[in-house]
Parts: sequence; C-alpha cells; structure tokens
Amino acid sequence: MSDVSQPVAHPPVTDWVHDFDHTDPQWTEDPFPIWDELRTASPVVHTKRFLGCYMPTTYEAVREIANDTEHFSSRRIIVRDVRPEVARNAAPPITSDPPVHKPAKQLLLPPFTPDAMKKLEPRMRAICNELIDGFIADGKVDAAARYSKYIPVRAIAHMLGIPESDSDLFIKWIHMILELGIKDESKLLQAVQEMSAYFSAHIEQRKTRPTDDLISYLMNAKDKEGNPLEDSHVLGSLRLLLIAGIDTTWSAIGSSLWHLAKTPADRERLIAEPALMPTAVEELLRAYSPVTMAREVVKDTEISGCPVRAGNMVLLSFPAANRDPAVFPDADKVVIDRRENRHAAFGLGIHRCVGSNLARMEMQVALEEWLKRIPDFRLDPAGRVTWSQGTVRGPRQLPFLLGKAM
Amino acid sequence: MTERLRVHVDPDKCQGHARCKALAPELFELDEFGNAHEAGDGTVPPGLEDKAWLAKSNCPEIAIDVIEE
Repeated sequence: MSDVSQPVAHPPVTDWVHDFDHTDPQWTEDPFPIWDELRTASPVVHTKRFLGCYMPTTYEAVREIANDTEHFSSRRIIVRDVRPEVARNAAPPITSDPPVHKPAKQLLLPPFTPDAMKKLEPRMRAICNELIDGFIADGKVDAAARYSKYIPVRAIAHMLGIPESDSDLFIKWIHMILELGIKDESKLLQAVQEMSAYFSAHIEQRKTRPTDDLISYLMNAKDKEGNPLEDSHVLGSLRLLLIAGIDTTWSAIGSSLWHLAKTPADRERLIAEPALMPTAVEELLRAYSPVTMAREVVKDTEISGCPVRAGNMVLLSFPAANRDPAVFPDADKVVIDRRENRHAAFGLGIHRCVGSNLARMEMQVALEEWLKRIPDFRLDPAGRVTWSQGTVRGPRQLPFLLGKAM
Repeated sequence: MTERLRVHVDPDKCQGHARCKALAPELFELDEFGNAHEAGDGTVPPGLEDKAWLAKSNCPEIAIDVIEE
C-alpha cells in the first residue's frame, strides 16, 4: 500500500465555528456546549481540517443529508486525516450507496428483527449476571472495562458463532480501527488484515462443516441474481457486524450507567417502575447517542440554505441532532419518561442501523440486570471517567463504588 | 360520537426502526426485514387512540399517518 500515512498532529482548537475538530480533547471530554455553540452559529459549519469537512448542527440539516444519497455518498463513513482509495466491498451495506445498498442491507435484516432478538435475550441476561458475579463482591468496579465492554462483544460473538472467549481480540481491532486509525493509517490496515484473516479461517471451516450461525447464514445467502455472495462481500459484512456491533453498544450502556450513577432519582424510579425501562432506554439513547457517521459530498448542493461543495467530507452527528432544542424540549436534560422522542441515535434514512433492535435489547437487559443486583452505586471520587475519542463516544473508564454511600 | 382513527405506514419512508411496534403492538406488524405496516386495515380499536398518536410522534422517519375519520 502506497498511501499509508503517518500520524498527523492536530493543533488545539481555538475557534470552534470555523475550525472544529471532533478529535480535540475538549470535544472528547464534553462535546455538548460545543455543539450548542455551533448550532447557534449556523445549521452547517465547516473546518479545513481532515482535508475539508462540514458538520450539520441541527436535526433538520442532519435529516436532509441522511436522506440525500445523490449528493452525499457513504463510500467513506469515517472523517479522517487521509482519504485513501475506496475499497470495493469495503463493508456493505454501510459503505454502499443506491442501488447497491438495498439488496446488501436486506440480506442482513432478517437475523436482526425484534423477534430474532427475543431469542437471544436469555443468553444476554446470563452473560450480564456472569459479568456481575465477577466483581460484585469487590465493592468497586470499572464498569466500562468489566461490564459494558463485554456485553455487546459476547452478544455478537454468540450470533456469529465464534468463541466468546475471543472477545479481547475483537476489542483490540475495534480500538485500532475506530480510534487509533483516525490519525494512524497503518493501525487501521493492520487491524483490517488481522480481522480478515480471522474470519477467512472461520469461513473455510464452515465450507466443510456448516453451522447454525450468522457466518453460515451469510455464506448461504444469495444475491438478487440468485448467486452466492463473493467471499469479499461475506468478509466485508462480517467486519462490519463486528465493528458496528461492539463499541457502539458498549458506549451506550456505559453512558447510561454513568448517568444512573450520578442520578439516584432516576435509578430509584426505574427500580420502582420497571415498565418505564424501554422509554428510559430511548431517552438515554437520545441524550448520549454514541455514533457519529460521515458522508462524502459528491455533488455541490445546499443544506438548510448553506452551500456545500463536492470533495469535502461531512461529519454526520446524530448525537448533535439529538440535542437540538428545536425538536426536543429540554434537550440538554435527561427526561427518562419523555413521551415524544424521534431521536436519530440509529441514524435516519436508508442507513438506519441494522443492529438497532439488538442494541436496544442489550441496553435494556444490561441496565435491568445491573439494577436488580446493584441498586445503589456512585462514581468513585478516587477514580477518573475517561471518554473515547472520535467516531463513537462513550466512557472507557468508569470507576464506581458499589452499595449505599456510608 | 367520538371519531374513529386509522393508522397508515408509508412503506417508502419506513426504515424499520420498529418504534411503532414497540409502542403500539396491537396496531402495527413487522415484515421479515423488520419494516412496519399497519395491522389489518389500520383501524384503531377504541381505547388505543393514545397509542396511535404515540407511535406517530415517535417515528424517526415521520412515516406514520393517523387519519381521523
């Protein structure tokens, strides 16, 4: 590969409106005031960083872009310092545009319906309890490192039919792709290669010994002409499911626990009114949406009255859209019984997250099982909460003290 | 005489968020891909009016119509 780039140093941001940078430490730590400032300035802002990038700041501007596949391509979905050549079959359907997108997406949808997720729920509850068993007696825990991190990785491993014990390997690849890879191309390529080799071996095994799992499902799937998928398509989809399914939900569960640790009233209410949990999960998804996507502008156009030029990237911040006070009253507050909630945490338009039903089930189960066993917990003042940098936002260190405060 | 309600999902707008099915399971059904359509002809039985409005106001794609007849 000739286009492997060296890590780029990013100068600190002093003018957010004209020079935003979603990898800046201030953004990582507390992005909400920054988004409010940008939204007040304009529905679309621009930075020269990342070889040129826009960011829609309102819910409406985000919706316009998500629904406009003519001017905004998904061939690149991470805003980075470099624009390497676009690979064919990179990770369909998330990196696909119409008309290729729909058949690739439809292939993945049936295993992820709400009914399919119900069948997984008992295993998920068992996983959560096994994890809690591992630390509950200690009186303290890093809930990101020992709880929220392992729930989605074990769930997707279970669905794919790969050993749950390979979890740490998957977590390493995801860190290399989504965090280190933004500034260091070589880390991303290394992770993609290792991941492809890993899945190729699992595909080969199943050619002689088919299994009842998602890998075999994809190997048996047919495209719209009735032909089996190319190995590169199967591999791309597997990479996507692993990458998309893990640190996203890890982040959502972690942020939810972080909120509950700081908010005893919400905890007590959820314990007293368990039927409120699904509504609360939607609100936690709105307020702490983990996933920011990207598009590449492929044709000049206008969004919310702002000119948008081809060749730039777009940071498609669903989290910022979900904090828009024009759509959500008290947008900066967590209202766990919010009745009207059209949040865009799983995206809008044709790229709606394939795993949204899985993520919701995992969040609900993770919070229910936690609250059953650990009704009282708080942030450990001796520790520090840290947040991931880049495309997916959530706590990576979440030190809690368990039990009632003395 | 209270008016009757009917729900309708625009299949071109629905992206399968499944919020309607979660909030008003009596009024909506999902296909094999998880995309929604109204149950039967969409008529809202008495007592489920609130759920119809709730489903509409939680659909991220604004794909649901509640028609007052």
